[in-house]
Amino acid sequence: MKEFLNDWGLTLAVFIPLVGALAIMFWPKSQETAQKSIALATSLLTLLVGVLLLINFDYNSSGMQFDVNKQWIPLINSRYHLGLDGIGLPLLLLSMVIVVACVIYSWNHFPEPQNPKAFLALMLILATGMNGTFVAQDLILFFVFFEVVLLPMFFMIAIWGGPNRQYASIKFFLFTMFGSALMLLSFLALFFLSPERTFDIQELTALGGAGIIRGTQNWIFAGLFLGFAIKVPMFPFHTWLPDAHTEAPTVGSVLLAAILLKLGTYGFVRIAMPILPDAARDWAPWIGLLAIIGIIYGALCSLAQRDMKRLIAFSSVAHMGFVMLGIATLTDFGVNAAIFGMVAHGIITGMLFFLAGSVQERFETREIARLGGLLTQAPKMGWILGFTAMASLGLPGLAGFWGEFPAILAAYSPAPGLSEATFRTFMVIAAIGTVLAAGYMLWMFQRVAMGEPKPEFAAAHVHDVHNLEWLAWTPLLIAIFVLGIFPNLLFSVTDESVVKIFAVFGG
Amino acid sequence: MIISAANPHIDWLALAPELTVSGVIFLIMGADFLFSARRRWQTSFIASIGVLVALIPVFLLAVSDQRSRSMFGGAYVVDNYAIALKAFFLIAVYIVILLAVNYIAEGAYYQAEFWALLLFSVLGMMVMASARDLVTIFVALEMVSIPTYVLAAWRKHDLKSNEAAIKYFLIGALSTAVMLYGMSFVFGLAGSTKLSDIAGYLASTDAQPLFYMGIFFTLVGFAFKISAVPFHFWAPDTYEGAPTPVTAFLSVLSKAAGFAALVPLVLIAFYQSQDAWQPVLWALAAASMTLGNLAALRQTNVVRLLAYSSIAQGGFILVPLAVAAQGRDAGEFPTSALEAVIIYLLIYGLMNLGAFAVVIAVARRTGSAELDSYRGFYHVSPAITLVMALFMFSLAGIPPLGGWFAKFVMFRAVLDAGTPLAITLGVIAAVNTIIAFFYYSRVVRVMIMSDLPEKADRSPLKIPAALSTALVVTAVPVVVLGVLPQLFARIGELSRLTF
Repeated sequence: MKEFLNDWGLTLAVFIPLVGALAIMFWPKSQETAQKSIALATSLLTLLVGVLLLINFDYNSSGMQFDVNKQWIPLINSRYHLGLDGIGLPLLLLSMVIVVACVIYSWNHFPEPQNPKAFLALMLILATGMNGTFVAQDLILFFVFFEVVLLPMFFMIAIWGGPNRQYASIKFFLFTMFGSALMLLSFLALFFLSPERTFDIQELTALGGAGIIRGTQNWIFAGLFLGFAIKVPMFPFHTWLPDAHTEAPTVGSVLLAAILLKLGTYGFVRIAMPILPDAARDWAPWIGLLAIIGIIYGALCSLAQRDMKRLIAFSSVAHMGFVMLGIATLTDFGVNAAIFGMVAHGIITGMLFFLAGSVQERFETREIARLGGLLTQAPKMGWILGFTAMASLGLPGLAGFWGEFPAILAAYSPAPGLSEATFRTFMVIAAIGTVLAAGYMLWMFQRVAMGEPKPEFAAAHVHDVHNLEWLAWTPLLIAIFVLGIFPNLLFSVTDESVVKIFAVFGG
Repeated sequence: MIISAANPHIDWLALAPELTVSGVIFLIMGADFLFSARRRWQTSFIASIGVLVALIPVFLLAVSDQRSRSMFGGAYVVDNYAIALKAFFLIAVYIVILLAVNYIAEGAYYQAEFWALLLFSVLGMMVMASARDLVTIFVALEMVSIPTYVLAAWRKHDLKSNEAAIKYFLIGALSTAVMLYGMSFVFGLAGSTKLSDIAGYLASTDAQPLFYMGIFFTLVGFAFKISAVPFHFWAPDTYEGAPTPVTAFLSVLSKAAGFAALVPLVLIAFYQSQDAWQPVLWALAAASMTLGNLAALRQTNVVRLLAYSSIAQGGFILVPLAVAAQGRDAGEFPTSALEAVIIYLLIYGLMNLGAFAVVIAVARRTGSAELDSYRGFYHVSPAITLVMALFMFSLAGIPPLGGWFAKFVMFRAVLDAGTPLAITLGVIAAVNTIIAFFYYSRVVRVMIMSDLPEKADRSPLKIPAALSTALVVTAVPVVVLGVLPQLFARIGELSRLTF
């Protein structure tokens, strides 16, 4: 089994969804149930591969496992190199779980204009791109997977989105594409300027920018930064996010928040920081600054939102600020926290978007002012919303806490060479951000769930949580709880790899 | 004066592709005499099969051990570069024939003459790929151009078609004159028309201003041919007016033929005096990308949109050439630039021909190329819409579709040069990639997201066999090459220029 996984595990994890997507595309359009079944089977099969990888993973090793390194495009020295370590594993599994949840959730409510065939095919292509990004160990392969994600999400927003979908989808695409074009230029610069002409992430990490003069390193880092920061998104490149989230269909929002944003932060951890450590040190205070601006700005904007989805979108900006603050400290402690933050944000915000979608489906509005009394009309859903909101604001004992608190703590003593005064200031401001987070989340919960239903919905019959919703949500809710109680489950997976990669910063 | 009367050395295998195509042209003209009017549509068979037969000697040349065959004192060279381009021209014209079969057969046009002229133009392109001499290049260029002037006017009762042909002819004649003027300077100073001799002259002496003028005029002549801004203004009108298959032919093959000669001119003959051609090509590339894309943003007709897009794509292809001499040691051949040009041309050819195949397929239903007539076409034919999306996003350069690799090798050549001038051009190209996405995606958005007009015909679209073959042979490679670019990259890697 182990040998089979070593050779094929990651390839299967990446390409099973694509095979499923092709099968759905060529399936007759009329047989919708069959198409849904294929999508479910493929996503479950992918998850099974993921679980097998999880079981066979060697938790004491810090290096790449299940490593596959085959010839791909010899002309440009780019190889088909996949590998999994403690950083990639949790994110890969997160992506697999979320896709299964999305398939189940959308089973009976496909957004207008229906067409489950196209919707599911796009979702599975998206899965291939996401899984591939988390395991690619070659810059060009990484780039291709990173971009494969764009088109399906573009179509998801543009076809199944809300009234302003055309604008939102094109904005999403152009922002991301701008970033990735510059990122590609940086990849090429790395290739030509490194002593060994290679795109291999491992080899480039080992080189650590050797042979490239400092000024050039900073320019190359700028390209990488833009590519990843737009995806995260960091302030001031975040403006596409609220629009995309607001207009996207529920499942699109979930995938966007839970996985797509992580591609950016993952890029920092895997590529930008380790490959150009010197430039990373120069850039870290600025990244930290943008991160805390994001925390405060995102929180303040959240307080001002009237639309549930838009509020959650801005809260994402704030949460990703904590993740970026953790990364900017360049310490293994901070990066461990950041990865925890990515996973926790993925599950929690994914859940929040599911809930926002379900609320919209029942009340046909997401306007917070028109909602109220969810706890009396649909108590189970109300409590799930409460639980998730608590997790999102970082209540100790739930998953959200372990992403935020250690990240703030890490800023107390950043890596050697970074100014302690600066980062301690950041720490204080970030701590204020958590208070604001409690503010907007609780206020949202209060206005949506507590009190009496508004007159316009008082007589409406509101169905509490459906069976399918239970099925899709239960694993996520359990994960929020379990990771909150036993954070070490995740920290122990990531720690070895993080320590290895970030040892170069001496933190 | 005694003229040497010795027979020139002739390598018959090296000339076999050209001879085959010439034979096919005579066959078609003969068949036109012999066949009754009812059977004349069968001449298209002769043309398409003849093109495939001509691929056989090209293949034999590609697998033979002799890497370079030089004839006529080095004026005509069959090397890997020439072989790769000849194969491309033949395959591309085969696709054009597939596009044109029903268009010509159903439109009450002259038939045999159409195919003969088409192949005559391709014959010129094949000569062009081998030409390493100014005179040979000029003769080849005329062989390429003159038939296309007639082809552009094939819809002779249509005013726009006539306008297209006249504009194309006048500009073409003017550009040829400018080019010949430039070539005469080059010949006058270098004392030879052979590209390698010109390179030798430049290596031994400092170029004079007059020589610079010669280079400048020669390049301007080619700039017309490849419709680079600011010498592009004929292209949109000609493309819109000409019959759509001819437009496809002009935008892919004719443009590629221009590059086929421009590459050896720049990389062999003028390479040493980079001060002369580098700024010109740099400006042409930057202007073509930017203005082509900006103009394309405002188009409401898909053929015109594709015309401007092809101007912009021509700019992208110029980028590696413009930076070819940057940041290199003396005597180092700019391999990455040559590879980039070849690979970009091949991939661009496939996706652009595919896009025109879709335009023709849609026009069979709507009779129009206006963007408005594409509204909601998804509801008429999801398959055509999907294929169009593939071509549009591939042209935009989005992975994992073939176009990304073309863009990638272009950026690779830029970064390989690595000088500030090169990087600046690279950044301009990057910004343009994003602008381009805007209009490419607009076509797809209109097709998928707009509603089908009320009175539109909703019955399933019937696509003739030839056209669907063309769609398949362009769409499949566009997807496969995006995932496994190495299949194609080999061609670029092998296509070394010899001189």
